[in-house]
Amino acid sequence: MKRIFEYLRSLMLLELLKGLSLTMRHMFRPNITIIYPEEKTPKSPRFRGLHALRRYPNGEERCIACKLCEAVCPALAITIDSTQREDGTRRTTRYDIDLFKCIYCGFCEESCPVDSIVLTDFLEYHMETREESILTKDKLLAIGDRFESKIAEARKKDAAYR
Amino acid sequence: MLEMLETVWTWLQSQYLIWTVLKILVIVAPLITAVAFYTYFERKVIGAMQIRVGPNRVGPLGLIQPFADVFKLLLKEIILPTNANRFLFVLAPVIALAPAFAAWAVVPFNDFLVLADVDAGLLYVLALTSLGVYGIIIAGWASNSKYAFLGAMRAAAQAVSYEIAMGFALVGVLILAGTMNLREIVLAQQGGLFDWFWLPLLPLFVIYMISGLAETNRAPFDVAEGESEIVAGFHVEYSGAAFAVFFLAEYANMILISGLTAILFAGGWLSPFQGWPLLGDTILGQESIIWFLAKTVVFMFMFLWYRATFPRYRYDQIMRLGWKVLIPITLVWVLVAAMMVLLGIVVRGS
Repeated sequence: MKRIFEYLRSLMLLELLKGLSLTMRHMFRPNITIIYPEEKTPKSPRFRGLHALRRYPNGEERCIACKLCEAVCPALAITIDSTQREDGTRRTTRYDIDLFKCIYCGFCEESCPVDSIVLTDFLEYHMETREESILTKDKLLAIGDRFESKIAEARKKDAAYR
Repeated sequence: MLEMLETVWTWLQSQYLIWTVLKILVIVAPLITAVAFYTYFERKVIGAMQIRVGPNRVGPLGLIQPFADVFKLLLKEIILPTNANRFLFVLAPVIALAPAFAAWAVVPFNDFLVLADVDAGLLYVLALTSLGVYGIIIAGWASNSKYAFLGAMRAAAQAVSYEIAMGFALVGVLILAGTMNLREIVLAQQGGLFDWFWLPLLPLFVIYMISGLAETNRAPFDVAEGESEIVAGFHVEYSGAAFAVFFLAEYANMILISGLTAILFAGGWLSPFQGWPLLGDTILGQESIIWFLAKTVVFMFMFLWYRATFPRYRYDQIMRLGWKVLIPITLVWVLVAAMMVLLGIVVRGS
């Protein structure tokens, strides 16, 4: 008896109608798509995007070639050569980051004693040849100059939690 | 000027071949356009049901998207697999597409707009819709690929099973209408919404829609394609224009099944408000081709709705459903329909 009842119940297609009503209700819901290039989701001040080398306000580069970032880098993406400048300070002659090796862990930024190497919130970059994947010191400084105000703002926001 | 046009017009009508080709073009050209926009419609509807927006980049609201897709496919290379049967490989998409278009020959758009007013129209339609599966089987066979072959075997078994249920569902319509002529079947449904055949034949109506899904290999009966199981089923090896033709065939078949459902069960071009007080006297109560198109679009929408809702059936479940559920029900309801006619509950061919 119970089986016959169950059989008749399944013939009413109740479960299917339930599913259909669900999809129909969803159809009239406002969609949640972010239309990407025009709309963007908010980013945290801790967002780890493209790398940059910062300068002091007087234009002097911060990096002192301590090579802590090179040592801490788990992907061995950073290569540094250094020398003594005429004024007696130690400076880098070469500061390369291989973007293909980098895993964007942010350890370089954590380890930097002078807040020189940072990860910006810039993520919409691309490269057209393989050589471009190496960010040289000049490029990194240029990126730093370009995003300095944003970098400083993000660091200020996050300072309270560090 | 007007006289000249008139003479050209009468001359055209006297040339039987040209006139028929023109009539065929008038049906097929909008059909292909409808297929193009049906793919767009599908992506938009399923997008909305998944709270997404769907295509919106090519043209305003993404309306040019289907044409971009078509051009992309036409420009791509057609790859013939090694050891594939070249002749059958190329023939298969054509076999899949031709019946989907040919069946429209007997579809009446309204009382007089029908290419061929055939008395055995229903048989013709039944024959052609079942021909489509040969395209799939041949494609799977000729590809010389195990996935394509698996898809073809599934498609064959499925089509054979659901063909029967579909045929019995149509027998119910035949019993009530007393004719195989599609135009006369619609005329037999005179009266409002509740005089159409869907009400006395409700189980057959549902079963016809279910087997229509199975016949067109659409979700939830798309085991012949079964992306997650056998890559793309029967058309794994097809690319470019040949793939586009399969795509076209699938959607043309869906439109055909929708149109047939509208004709057989939902009164074709008849108005749902026919003979109703108030509404029946307004323009809404008039029979017109627009009603037929509107009903077709509603059934076309249902195809998409089902796809957005139901997960794919397992292969053995499909067989069980077809043979042990649908066919017995149709058998019973054919008898019930005959009894309804015999006892005068439904007046035959009213």
